Amino acid sequence: MIKTIQKSTWIYIAVAFMLVLLPFFKDERWFLFLMIQVFTFGIFAMSYDLLLGYTGIVSFGHAMFFGLGAYSIGITLNFLESTFMNLFLGILLALVLGGIVAFFAGILTLRLKSHYYAMLTLALASLFLVLAEKWRSVTRGSDGFTFRIPELPGPLQDHRNLVVYMFCLVSMVLIFFGLRRLTESPLGKILVAIRENEGRVESLGFRIMPYKVIISVVSGVVASFAGVLYAISIRFVGTNVFGIDVTLDALLMTIIGGVGTLVGPIIGAGIIEFAHHYLSDLSDVHWIFERWIILFGIVYILAVIFFPAGIVGTLWHKLAKRKHKKQEMKQKTSDKLAS
Amino acid sequence: MTNTLLKLEQINTHIEQFHILHNVEFEVSPGEVTVLLGRNGAGKTTTLRTIMGLNNASNGTVTFKGEDITKLPPYHIAKKGIGYVPEDQGIFYGLTVGENMRVGMRKEDDATKERMEWVLELFPDLKKFWKKPGGQLSGGQKQMLSIARSYVNENDLLLIDEPSKGLAPVIVEKVIESIEKMKEKTTVVLVEQNFYMASRLGDRFYILDDGMTVHHGDMSALREDEELKRKYLGIA
Ligand SMILES: Nc1ncnc2c1ncn2[C@@H]1O[C@H](COP(=O)(O)OP(=O)(O)OP(=O)(O)O)[C@@H](O)[C@H]1O
Ligand SMILES: [Mg+2]
Repeated sequence: MIKTIQKSTWIYIAVAFMLVLLPFFKDERWFLFLMIQVFTFGIFAMSYDLLLGYTGIVSFGHAMFFGLGAYSIGITLNFLESTFMNLFLGILLALVLGGIVAFFAGILTLRLKSHYYAMLTLALASLFLVLAEKWRSVTRGSDGFTFRIPELPGPLQDHRNLVVYMFCLVSMVLIFFGLRRLTESPLGKILVAIRENEGRVESLGFRIMPYKVIISVVSGVVASFAGVLYAISIRFVGTNVFGIDVTLDALLMTIIGGVGTLVGPIIGAGIIEFAHHYLSDLSDVHWIFERWIILFGIVYILAVIFFPAGIVGTLWHKLAKRKHKKQEMKQKTSDKLAS
Repeated sequence: MTNTLLKLEQINTHIEQFHILHNVEFEVSPGEVTVLLGRNGAGKTTTLRTIMGLNNASNGTVTFKGEDITKLPPYHIAKKGIGYVPEDQGIFYGLTVGENMRVGMRKEDDATKERMEWVLELFPDLKKFWKKPGGQLSGGQKQMLSIARSYVNENDLLLIDEPSKGLAPVIVEKVIESIEKMKEKTTVVLVEQNFYMASRLGDRFYILDDGMTVHHGDMSALREDEELKRKYLGIA
């Protein structure tokens, strides 16, 4: 049987294509850089959505995976020669480390009530932050360090930002389709069921733990990769990658965009990153704009009150309602014809 | 082997600090429908949950097909061949009707597919709502889905908690018919307040009161025994 391609897939592909063309129309450095941030945080927020939206696991320390990825690539390229081989090695290291840490965090806490996972991840992230600050010989402590990325062949070197842009964009698109496939697979359906009621899933004959651990590992690996992209894009790693605001950003992006939608977190990342950018200009206007955390609180409260399902979630509801109405109309007319 | 499919001996269950079940004795013979009766709060649901491993017995044993399953986790018990339809409709709101049906499938062999077709013939409405999210079904539709799903797996025993709750009489009739058909394939334990339904389906009955089994016997005997019905079931 040939699987019909969903209508939404075409829309996503079209949008991705426009994003490919975008830098040829608007190629200012700051803009490219901002878009790269959107892509990397889009990936990061999607990994957060896997936990929060699809499985109902709350993590307060998701930054640790992001930070692990960033430091893995940074340290590898800083201590070894900056070649493509080592770039690849650094990415591999990041993915493996992210997976291992997620695996153990999952095994340790996912059998307990959900807030234990939230607290353990928070504690672990703080631990990594301390480690990054104290292990100065490798991490340069809170100063952080810059590193070089491998030289691109020939004329590409002159368009390095463009290449990074494309790399991040392609990564985001591939990860999006991969994760969408995962969430629409039978495994994904079981995850949704677990989020709703673990006891029910268990009495259907499924062990919960393996599913939770699997998704925790997938999420950790993806988050770590986001950290890699982030570090590559700014060619610098500092302790801020382990900071709580990285986690909070992911949380906000997911909630604003729409929990459990995957595309929502990407849109959320777009909104938050652009908001960061423009609001930092506003700090001359009023001090409140300097304090991202204050704004975060306000936006968070507003989002939860007015958009509990997020932008994408709200849109889907509206569309579903309209479709439903149409179907009812059809039903009515056919009933009339029948009688 | 004895001719007993499921046996509860001296089962005591605590929920937090509350002692809910006191030395519950309960036996189910294969091929029969055993009805569990009792007032609200008598401990019927807790008994089913204890069998399923969702509540843990503090002492006593649950034996299924001659095997001690008391300490097993729910997923393990389910795999041994016990299906459970909880009283609050055990369906998932975020999944469509079709996904709800499929998420319950433990195997994908021909026998399971056959049963799936059979179930859909039994409840043709489900096909109509196949793509609708479980959360948007009416109470009766949810109940039907929940019961239908439990028929899809090959189980030796089905635990069904108050299937008639909140259903219109026509639908109750339908559920009765479906259980009658199911009876040919599996053994059933049915918790039911609706005495009409209980008496139509049941071969044997148990009455629970205050967490204790106070009576059991053939359903035919209970039908005649006005005194017993009045005392424990509040039926005049
Ligand atoms: N989570 C809980 N915490 C404390 N007590 C509980 C809990 N669940 C049930 N109980 C108590 O256990 C007793 C038995 O409850 P159970 O749900 O088994 O009754 P039931 O016979 O199924 O009643 P109903 O006919 O109303 O469904 C009740 O007294 C109830 O208050
Ligand atoms: Mg009950």
